[in-house]
Amino acid sequence: MRVFNKGSIFKYIGIILFYAIFQVLLSTGVLDDYIELNIILICINIILALGLNLITGFTGQFSLGHAAFMSIGAYTSAIVTAKLGLPFFVGIMLSGITAALAGIVIGIPTLRLKGDYLAIATLGFGEIVKILALNIDYIGGAIGFNDIPQYTNWTWAYGMTVLAVVLIKNFLNSYKGRACIAIREDEIAAEAMGVNTTFYKVLAFAIGAFFAGIAGSLYANYFYFIKPDSFNFMKSIDILVIVVFGGLGSIAGSIIGAIVLSVISLLLQSVSDLRMIVYALVLFGIMLFRPAGLMGNQEFKIFKKGADANGSVKGQ
Amino acid sequence: MEQAIQQLINGISLGSIYALIALGYTMVYGIINLINFAHGDIYMVGAYIGFALTTFFNLGFFPSLLISMALTSLIGVVIEKVAYKPLRKSTRITALITAISVSLFLQYTMMYFTGPQTRTFPMVLENRSLSFLNGSVVMDIKNIYILMITLMLMAALQFIVRKTRMGKAMRATSFDMEAAQLMGINVDKVISFTFAIGSALAGAAGVLVGIYYNTINPLMGSLPGLKAFVAAVLGGIGLIPGAVLGGFSLGMIETIVSANGGSIFKDAVAFLILIVVLLLRPNGLLGKTTKEKV
Repeated sequence: MRVFNKGSIFKYIGIILFYAIFQVLLSTGVLDDYIELNIILICINIILALGLNLITGFTGQFSLGHAAFMSIGAYTSAIVTAKLGLPFFVGIMLSGITAALAGIVIGIPTLRLKGDYLAIATLGFGEIVKILALNIDYIGGAIGFNDIPQYTNWTWAYGMTVLAVVLIKNFLNSYKGRACIAIREDEIAAEAMGVNTTFYKVLAFAIGAFFAGIAGSLYANYFYFIKPDSFNFMKSIDILVIVVFGGLGSIAGSIIGAIVLSVISLLLQSVSDLRMIVYALVLFGIMLFRPAGLMGNQEFKIFKKGADANGSVKGQ
Repeated sequence: MEQAIQQLINGISLGSIYALIALGYTMVYGIINLINFAHGDIYMVGAYIGFALTTFFNLGFFPSLLISMALTSLIGVVIEKVAYKPLRKSTRITALITAISVSLFLQYTMMYFTGPQTRTFPMVLENRSLSFLNGSVVMDIKNIYILMITLMLMAALQFIVRKTRMGKAMRATSFDMEAAQLMGINVDKVISFTFAIGSALAGAAGVLVGIYYNTINPLMGSLPGLKAFVAAVLGGIGLIPGAVLGGFSLGMIETIVSANGGSIFKDAVAFLILIVVLLLRPNGLLGKTTKEKV
């Protein structure tokens, strides 16, 4: 892959410009803390959705326990930064690595299951992680983990989001990524063509878990405080909804889905009593009228161009 | 020994409730392959209807149970017609998210109208208990009611599924929906009927849990709903005897675990069992393995 060509230079400039504009607006106080909080939440959601999209959208493995990896990452980062006092970068990386290891440990046995059974097994795993976190006193148990240093800012959140997009996009354009897509399209055919399906399923699971761990780390180090209930079944569902809403198998879809759903939930905060009812109805409406999600499995032009240059298959 | 018997009694009561909810899950899954996440919330609605009938209308236990079952079965059919029928041809994940949206809708609509607080279910059964073995084993009258009603409902279900025309149609649809349709079975009607029966059982479970634990709240359905699903998978999803076996086993296991000092881990144990069962026998205890065909 050529790193620099005419098209890609504009892309890099765009990425940096986007960062710089927000950085200036945030540091001059044009955008206040409340907006910064929501922007960082959107970044975290994008990272989570990308990871899950790799597992569910691109590899076709149905996971309902993604929040568990986020939880593992958040607690790892909390321990590393608050208890051990190590720098944030170490916390982020260790979070990702621990979550990825958990993904491998869980993935190897459960990924033999298919469809609904896998969904239920991952759901069970998510609940187990939550209950364990509730009962370990070292990390605060049900009271939660307090006094985590606040390191996450726009720079970290944006940097990690860009990293996630670039790494996952490049992974999907590599032969390993295509093996994953082949598994989604037809697992038996893929196996017959010599794709080691177990290996690639576990690999996709581990990468997805890695980014969930990073998202968890950003989350923990932004809100000072985490508790096991923040990473329950509903959180997993929220992430899944972003992925399906944006479009299974679309990177651009996950980004747009995370932004649109965060904005919807922000707008609904004024009617807090009705918030979840409207959310449920919106969800139902999307499933009824646009079941393939906003983007289907298409990408934006800007994303597509790069993909064509690498001779990629686009989702199909 | 006495303690073991006491736990057996408690386990059977809890297991009855899981089994009743699991039956609805398993029947719906058997016919349209949908994990109906809203099922646990229908059970919650059943509990609230029972609460309203006994508190505000001063009805007795049995009339409330029957009216609650009738109303929840109606709600089940309406949910099926409005939410699931338009999406019957869509992918699994779409159907699953729809089910979750229905579940959220039921939970938070109930919360909007009744408030998030926990409510106390009135004592509708006389407070009597039987003691055995010099009083070391206490069996509340509630335990007997729960077990008896569960067994009666299961017998009725077994009769409907095995002996009636509709039951035959249900079994045919569950075996092969397309072939059933070609044989002249009105599949839509069968699916609605399945939802009606399953929801009625969940409604009954709701009222029973109300009299057993005396407290209800709008989010009470989600965890028992998930656990009942675990029970259904444990016994073999899609199989009616499997749901009963799974429900009672899960109730027993949970009671044993909490009695032996593991009450904080009892929810984790349910899911651990689920994962182990899925890995060792993905088709459940009573399920048959089917070879995958290319």
